[in-house]
Amino acid sequence: MRIKSTLENYVFVIPAVAIFAIFYIIPFVWVFQLGLYEWDGIMPTRVFVGLDNFKEIIFQDKIWWQSMLNAGYITLIALTFQNALAFLLAWACDREMRLKNFYRVVFFIPPVLSEVVVGLVWQWILDGHYGLLNGWLVQMGLPQLVRNWLSDPNTALTTVAIVHSWKGFGWGFLIFLAGLQTIPRELYEAARVDGANAWDTFRNVTIPLMIPVAVLVGILTVLGTMQAFVLIIAMTGGGPAYHTQVPVLRILASMRGSSRFGYACAQGITFGVVLIVISFIQNRFSKKYKA
Amino acid sequence: MFSKKSIYGVLSSFLIFCILFAVGCGGPKPETGKPAITVWHWMTDRQQAFDELAKRYEAATGIKVSFDLYAPSDAYSQKVRAAAQGITLPDVFGILGEKRDFASFIKAGHILDLTPYMNADEGLWKNQLFAKALAVNEFPEGNSYGVTPGIYGVPIDVMTIQMVYNKDLLKELGFNPQKPPVTFAEFLEVGKKISAAGGSASGGKQANMQGLVSGWGEVWMIDCLANNYAFNIMGKDKVLATIRGEVPYTDPDWIRVLTLFKEMQDSGVLANGLVTMINKTAEQLFANGKAVFAFNGSWCVNVYRGMNPGLNYGAMLPPQVSDKFPMTIWGGAGSSFMVNARSKNKEETVKFLKWLTDKDQQAYLAEETQNLPANKDSIKKISPVLAAFAASMDLSTHPNVWGVSEYPSVIEAFDKGIQSIIIGERTPEQVAAEVQKTKDRELARKKAK
Repeated sequence: MRIKSTLENYVFVIPAVAIFAIFYIIPFVWVFQLGLYEWDGIMPTRVFVGLDNFKEIIFQDKIWWQSMLNAGYITLIALTFQNALAFLLAWACDREMRLKNFYRVVFFIPPVLSEVVVGLVWQWILDGHYGLLNGWLVQMGLPQLVRNWLSDPNTALTTVAIVHSWKGFGWGFLIFLAGLQTIPRELYEAARVDGANAWDTFRNVTIPLMIPVAVLVGILTVLGTMQAFVLIIAMTGGGPAYHTQVPVLRILASMRGSSRFGYACAQGITFGVVLIVISFIQNRFSKKYKA
Repeated sequence: MFSKKSIYGVLSSFLIFCILFAVGCGGPKPETGKPAITVWHWMTDRQQAFDELAKRYEAATGIKVSFDLYAPSDAYSQKVRAAAQGITLPDVFGILGEKRDFASFIKAGHILDLTPYMNADEGLWKNQLFAKALAVNEFPEGNSYGVTPGIYGVPIDVMTIQMVYNKDLLKELGFNPQKPPVTFAEFLEVGKKISAAGGSASGGKQANMQGLVSGWGEVWMIDCLANNYAFNIMGKDKVLATIRGEVPYTDPDWIRVLTLFKEMQDSGVLANGLVTMINKTAEQLFANGKAVFAFNGSWCVNVYRGMNPGLNYGAMLPPQVSDKFPMTIWGGAGSSFMVNARSKNKEETVKFLKWLTDKDQQAYLAEETQNLPANKDSIKKISPVLAAFAASMDLSTHPNVWGVSEYPSVIEAFDKGIQSIIIGERTPEQVAAEVQKTKDRELARKKAK
């Protein structure tokens, strides 16, 4: 009777397990397996190369590590500028102000837009020939600032990072706002009764209680930004030269450009390991703060 | 615990899902007893013309042909690879990629050898088509890819990649609009005039007249022009020897090729922001009369006609640097179709492709899409600008006919290196050294295998 009941339970689980195995586990294992092979994605045969792909990535592929640094820079801008903006706007919208529901909607529009569309629109705004930004700069009497924002190696990466932040701050805004709304209003009232001014309340009540939320937003920002690529393809295609190359673009280049599927899988695994390490560090950091 | 009914419910739902999944993976079935031919392609601008030809073919033979468009080309390319891995390729498909990829498809048994069909009736089919276009789909005896010699694809159209110039802007700059620059020095001279007029070199802040525009953000077009100049400066043999690893990229001739890009940038003939410019932007700038020159393929005639029918322009060869070797441009098959070797409708499919590349159909395609036809007999009906592109066909070459391929990583290092030269970040010597380092790495990897 008990065996029958157990079997019945398994029957209910089989569909979910099968779908999970087909669409998650098998591809995952396959990526690890392919990372050990040289394969062009077409031929039925593959050449086993052991850890050669990984060795090449770690010791020879300078562009790969440059792309990691570029992604790190974009992430740094996102962690600071993007999240600070998200927090400040969430804080403003959490206060009693007119049209706050309107602002909440407006601030959440960029994240729901297609990355390709956003990339192309910003490319148009930033264009060196007929871009709106350069037009405005000239009209404002600042022609010395006019430049090709996306082709100039001095500005390309920062410009991409800022556009990425503009596109992504809405997520942080939403989470920060939800976090702010969970802070009991009595704490603010008690602080006010104790004579705290707005800055004291913000510093001693809001910020400490928002740290766990900030850590969560930070982890999501790092994971999301390190993997960004659609916006970058649409805006610069990874150029000029390698200035806006990011890891996912390198993986795509290995797979599509060089037809090195095994190498691309090895890059994917290396990248995954880096992300896991970052998440682990952030997690430890978060636990320390909670403690 | 659980009723039998609910267990059967779960199991049957799962079974239905599996059946639907399996059915969904299958290809379309013909509605009648006659075979249906499925063609996968990526050419958005030709879909309407293809559909019309499919209708005509069905009316003539009763065989339904379906042209399935998958765009953009990157997505199409991935779809074809995935279908090859799953052995679900359609009757006809095209391959976007290098000759090496083409060879892999053949060696994996996905592509039918069309040589017997081409040679039948004393080469009737083969002789109708431009030899340069056929060569792109051909693997000669002793090819380095290890492919059995033969013709494995049918060219649908041909193309050349060269330069176009805006006659009105050239006149505005004080040059004879009927005589575009022939030498590199003359070309740089135009650049200096553009700079003086407040165009490219001054940052495009004032007059906004640009020099040369092209899709150099999609780096293969840089590679194309650089190769043109490599052939002009050192000749085909030395270029191929470099690819074979016998001549280093640090050779003075290669450094000269790289230096040309610095000279172009310094003269102001290159448009502002060229290194990240996509071809669509380049086409818009040229069509709107903002750029004096464009480096583009013969397909641009159709694009410019759509954007600005009144554009006053002409075609020209890239201005030559040396008279030691002829100026060579990339050309050959624009797009080609391959027959699936595992197709059940092989014979019907080959017949259809013969019909598609016949004089009348090719003339129709050329007229509708403004692309150069692959059939020699259809060339008479094309526009004057397109005829200028066609006239350069004899000077054309293509990496797919060289018999050897450069490593993609080397091509990338070379093209990105040129971008670095243009933005003033690297010298030609530094780029040459970096490219050679990448080449050495690839050669060592090949040796280790």
